[in-house]
Amino acid sequence: MELHDGPLDVREIFGRWLDEESGNNYGAYIPFVGIIREEDGIEALSFDIYEPLLAKWFDEWQKRAREMGAKVRMAHSIGDVPVHTSSYVSAVFSPRRRVALELIEEFVEDFKANAPIWKYDVVGGERIYASERSTPMDGAGLLARDSE
Amino acid sequence: MGPMGMDPMELDVGSLEELSVVLAEDERVREWLPRCAVAINDRVVSDRDMKLEDGDRVTLLPPVCGG
Repeated sequence: MELHDGPLDVREIFGRWLDEESGNNYGAYIPFVGIIREEDGIEALSFDIYEPLLAKWFDEWQKRAREMGAKVRMAHSIGDVPVHTSSYVSAVFSPRRRVALELIEEFVEDFKANAPIWKYDVVGGERIYASERSTPMDGAGLLARDSE
Repeated sequence: MGPMGMDPMELDVGSLEELSVVLAEDERVREWLPRCAVAINDRVVSDRDMKLEDGDRVTLLPPVCGG
């Protein structure tokens, strides 16, 4: 898992991962690239990350992948990422394609739902929390008082 | 964390249950609570009866959206 300030250098990351895994006899390498779309007048998205918890979330996934003989990798941005650039890339390496195809879907979906990352729209230089697009994490509401 | 944008607070409470009573009085926090998950010392928890020890760090985790 790696975190970078600002937009990701997708070519560098995927090329490096390919080189680093080249000796491990994987038969499939399935990458995913998340790109910031231009919509609703945004200039960029911006991200805060709770790193210790993200590391734990990722380690759990790595354990799960390893049990299937596979490996997950990911990189994410911290701070502002302009439209048309990438804030998130991930990949699954596995001996055979089937495992990698299935894992990449589950991994990316769980990432969206449970990775401790907060997203903001950047409009006119101002950072606005993307409340409508955000998902409460599993277990949310634990400290809410029911009577209120 | 994240969009809540608050500085850390030091509170004298013995459990998450007690903490929830204190936070319900704090208007900066109250409206976030129904949508916040909770971590103690960087571990997400799901039981409000959990006891808190001296020095434990409780983190409120508002709705997330990575990628």
